[in-house]
Amino acid sequence: MARRERTPGFQRNRSPVTWLLRHAQMSLSSLGRLTRSPISTLMTATVIGIALALPSGLHLLIDNVRELSSSWEGSASVSLFLSDSVSDEQAEQVRKQIALRPDVAETRLISRARALQEFRELSGFGEALELLEHNPLPAVVLVRPQSDIQGAEAVGRMAQDLQNYREIELAQVDLQWVERLNAITGAIERAVLILAGLLAGAVLLIVGNTIRLDIQNRHSEIEIVKLVGGTDAFIRRPFLYEGLWYGLLGAAIGLALVLTSLYMLDGPVRRLAGLYESAFELSVIDPASLLGLVFGGPLLGLAGAWLAVGRHLAQIQPE
Amino acid sequence: MIRFDNVAKRYPSGHEGLSRVDLHLEAGEMAFLTGHSGAGKSTLLKLVGLLERSTRGQVWVNGRNLNKLKARDIPYHRREVGMIFQDHRLLHDRTVFDNIALPLVVAGMGHAEINRRVRAALDKVGLLKKEKVFPITLSGGEQQRVGIARALVSKPPVLLADEPTGNLDPDLSREIMELFLQFNQVGVTLLIATHDVDLVNRLGKRIINLRNGRVAGDTGDRD
Repeated sequence: MARRERTPGFQRNRSPVTWLLRHAQMSLSSLGRLTRSPISTLMTATVIGIALALPSGLHLLIDNVRELSSSWEGSASVSLFLSDSVSDEQAEQVRKQIALRPDVAETRLISRARALQEFRELSGFGEALELLEHNPLPAVVLVRPQSDIQGAEAVGRMAQDLQNYREIELAQVDLQWVERLNAITGAIERAVLILAGLLAGAVLLIVGNTIRLDIQNRHSEIEIVKLVGGTDAFIRRPFLYEGLWYGLLGAAIGLALVLTSLYMLDGPVRRLAGLYESAFELSVIDPASLLGLVFGGPLLGLAGAWLAVGRHLAQIQPE
Repeated sequence: MIRFDNVAKRYPSGHEGLSRVDLHLEAGEMAFLTGHSGAGKSTLLKLVGLLERSTRGQVWVNGRNLNKLKARDIPYHRREVGMIFQDHRLLHDRTVFDNIALPLVVAGMGHAEINRRVRAALDKVGLLKKEKVFPITLSGGEQQRVGIARALVSKPPVLLADEPTGNLDPDLSREIMELFLQFNQVGVTLLIATHDVDLVNRLGKRIINLRNGRVAGDTGDRD
């Protein structure tokens, strides 16, 4: 057996201060490199910005719709249509009876006559109604459940229970359309999630491709740096920082796009809300979207750069 | 300092760059590699700089067995081996100063030390006044001297040169060789591939002649 030769170790730079200093220098020089071609940098960053702004903007929109529908859901009520045979006095009795229930917060009786009057005023079919021999409309008791009864399901159970009253022909929950809206926003939210995933992939590819081109452009430089003893980490670093900067710039542009869109939508939404006599206002950007943009952008940029660097740097070897 | 034990290098194409080379260079020795193109001069230098790995046999440089060196150690090995090329391999978008500073930057050296060392290297090759210009504005001989300054700036114990005077006229070639002799005097081990037999013969240093990937002649150390 040959004696194992002891190989003298190489000197490596392990001082954390120097290491930090090199990183700071490298990040700045990467930024400097980007600013030397401002147009192409801006174009790439804008594409990233749009890709980031789209899902976060949509997420914001859904958030707003959800907030709106939850405020409607809170005001869910049950309409109790009484049988035709129930007289006005009996109807009032029924209302009082129901008002005593512990799960009921408020009740209001709309008598047959009042219902007819309202219908006449609101529908525009007034003259047609004159032709009818008797009032076709039933008396209605509007019930607002206690505030601890929330959501379509709980209110639905309550309506079923109320259906048991002999005088009540039909108990209807005025919540179905809110339910449907919820289902729709749920579906859209899922779609936005898928879209966000796809666009995140797009950002990865955009950054990856940009870095790949940059690696190709700096082919001879990489070769020479390898010749004079540059480690893989040293060669990788400027490209990773470049990806990081692209992501950060993209995130800033995305944020600006979302905020601008919000600002532009604010007026019309206010007008719309005004028409519905609602004090609804577009909420400002939520923390989740903000964090997603501010951290997601640079992270995606870094990951894209890493992909490109991992694939292409090893292929460049000096000859 | 450099030792080849029964070294062969066969390329994937089947071409044999080197076959059974035994060679030993002491620390501080200066030797020329001669031979026709394709004789294996470049292959031999590439094995020393770890641009290629041998397919058989052992290569030792500076007390290390290169066959056992891991890929992540290669950069540190190259910092101990300065390399000079016929085509200079300079970065044309950087100044002369930045080109020469590259090995020091790569090694993570501080600014003040880099300034001092680059100036010293520039002074040695006589280009002190050209530090701010771009290599493209220099003559071939000057560019080669920038390449030499870059190779020696980190004070490596071993210096390799592949046809360093290949594109230069005789006067410039002699100047470059004078530089190499000076480095050798301060203890640097040099291995220089060249086909300029006349010039080499006049210098009186060791000449290793390669033919078809084998050592065909070796004058030994003539100092």
